[in-house]
Amino acid sequence: MPTLVSSRLIGLLRKESLQILRDPSSIAIAFVLPVLLLLLFGYGVSLDSKHVKVGIVVEQPGSEARSFVAAFQQSVYFEPHLYPTLQAGRAALRASEVKGILVLPADFAQRLKGDRDAPIQVIVNGVDANSARLLEGYVQGVWTTWLQRELQARQIQVAQPVEPQTRIWFNPELESRNYLVPGLLVVNMTLVGALLTALVFAREWERGTLEALMVTPVTIGEILIGKLLPYFVLGMGGMVLSVLMALFLFGVPMRGSLWVLGICSTLFLLTALGMGLLISIVTRNQFVAGMVAILATFLPAFLLSGFLFDIGSMPVVVQVVTHVVAARYFVTILQSLFLAGDVWSLILPNAAALVLMAGFFLGLSRRLLRKRLE
Amino acid sequence: MFARILALTIKELLALFKDKRSRFIVVIPPLIQLLIFGYAASFDLNHIPYAVYDRDGGYAARDLLARFEGAPSFDLARRIQRQDEIAEVIDTRDCLLVIQVPPRFTADLVSGQTAPVQILIDGRNSNSAQIAQNYVARIVTGFNQDWVFARGLQGMPVSLVTRAWYNPNLESRWFFVSGLVGLLTLVVTMMVTALSVAREREQGTFDQLLVTPLRPVEILIGKSMPGILIGVFEASLVVILAVFWFKVPLMGELAVLYTGILLFVFAAVGVGLMISSLAATLQQALLGAFLFLVPAVILSGFATPIDNMPPAVQMLTLVDPLRYYLVILRSVFLEGAGFGLLAQQMWPLAIIAAVTLAAAGWLFRHRMS
Repeated sequence: MPTLVSSRLIGLLRKESLQILRDPSSIAIAFVLPVLLLLLFGYGVSLDSKHVKVGIVVEQPGSEARSFVAAFQQSVYFEPHLYPTLQAGRAALRASEVKGILVLPADFAQRLKGDRDAPIQVIVNGVDANSARLLEGYVQGVWTTWLQRELQARQIQVAQPVEPQTRIWFNPELESRNYLVPGLLVVNMTLVGALLTALVFAREWERGTLEALMVTPVTIGEILIGKLLPYFVLGMGGMVLSVLMALFLFGVPMRGSLWVLGICSTLFLLTALGMGLLISIVTRNQFVAGMVAILATFLPAFLLSGFLFDIGSMPVVVQVVTHVVAARYFVTILQSLFLAGDVWSLILPNAAALVLMAGFFLGLSRRLLRKRLE
Repeated sequence: MFARILALTIKELLALFKDKRSRFIVVIPPLIQLLIFGYAASFDLNHIPYAVYDRDGGYAARDLLARFEGAPSFDLARRIQRQDEIAEVIDTRDCLLVIQVPPRFTADLVSGQTAPVQILIDGRNSNSAQIAQNYVARIVTGFNQDWVFARGLQGMPVSLVTRAWYNPNLESRWFFVSGLVGLLTLVVTMMVTALSVAREREQGTFDQLLVTPLRPVEILIGKSMPGILIGVFEASLVVILAVFWFKVPLMGELAVLYTGILLFVFAAVGVGLMISSLAATLQQALLGAFLFLVPAVILSGFATPIDNMPPAVQMLTLVDPLRYYLVILRSVFLEGAGFGLLAQQMWPLAIIAAVTLAAAGWLFRHRMS
């Protein structure tokens, strides 16, 4: 009786869709949340420091010191502030007015000619270790360029044995937005997927409407599909919107194929929705389901997916833990799809992992739903 | 009045803790998360997988490459024999970078010329790429200095000497673990408060509460207490873990730290109750919690510096309580800052707490119709 089956399913789908339309918060989750987050992230978040405030302590003004300070004033990375004494510079660093100070000692000009004495000293505020290290790199860059120009001007020949020629693939400008935005799509979808479904069954359970539904002739599978499909459509709508924003608003390149993106997004959304359903079925209580959703979605997707922090540098135990975070697989896929292209040897295993996880969440949801009824 | 508030507080705590699962969820997972995230959140690269394509094979090339093999942050993953293997190892992310030594490298160096070395880096994660680039530069500089020195040549003056205050080894774990204290305090407090009034409203028990002799202020205090108690309790546990497990130095005074914690928890409870009283259903409350939580974390400077944000977004961070809390935590932990330096972080928190709590109280009364 295939027609009967489909008419029951259509009925369920209609009921679910009506419920979604009645409480606009689902639609808000699918569309407002991604747009808001992408805007904030795309414009707000960057690891690229520009105009970093640094203090330069010049103990003895001279032509070398002047031209060195000028090199910093011309750099887009720095906003130099001058201090006459080391005390003043240290005080500014302590009060967090500057991120670091460069000290040009009184014998700066002499040390420049020497071989083994460092002519300048750099003190950075190490609290934000990553920024401090990047600052160190930038200072080194300005310093080397200035030194080479200075030596050339004075016709001093120096040996420079090995010269590293660095080429950065996929993201030559090292634009951090290009790697953060694809990762953000994943965080977004994790939230949307789980939020949409986490409360669904718990709510019906609390209100007793699930039992009412069970005594009708619909099957467990139909109930699951009836719940899943409308939210899937909503979630995909949010995903399409996010991808469009990434491409056209933030100018992130898209080097892979759209159909691969479509298939992988489908797999991931099913995983995220499946996780929400499972939370809902296991807790049977909206309050608890909500708390679990807050804990299990945002922070793991934010911190363990490789979206910000390099998984390879984590201790082995933590690396093992990241394998149960679905976002991890989708982040790998998206960063490659956007910036590198269809790298099959990367996409296939990660997509397979998503298939497994989606199957696990949905299959377990189905089993538990049946058991819970007895 | 105090008896009534006490009774309500006890009732609220019972409502939260009578359920075994919510008792568990409020306490245990945040601690497990700190343990996992404390290890996960770090920008330090300590196992950079790299490949070597040595087309020279001379002793200078071997010497340079041996320095990479000896460096603790680098892990040699592959030796490459053909040009087209480079794309393969980078595309699949087997290696973050490939070092290509051209033919005649040793011969050029010995004859006193500058010899290039190609470094190809995967830029998909721009931050890792930049850090790796700096590491490579440091190793090459070391090689150059020794080469020049051994041959008595005139080299570049020795480069910079850098010292880092407060965190001499530049361990980014110190930065992130102290930040995680803030994140987890926020998440737990939001969990407890944002959903609590919404649940009562959905079940209709909030109306019953309103017809009791309790005044709105008393209801507000009663509803705030579980969030405040649990928030401070959880923050204390997390601080203990940070100090004794992760060995993050706690340089400042506990009095300063707890003033910060209390002010922040009040602000977070205020925001949570506001969300809760605006929402008609639990689903709306959950949405509200996330709509606050995620931007609050992103704009707080937890992972990416506020200074890097455009001015308009920087203005927006001024209403983010987590922003101030993170500065307080990190300054007390690592810099040993006292009340004097942190006053400008504390009064905005106090204002946010006052405004949100007042708004929540007002909403309790006026959203009833």
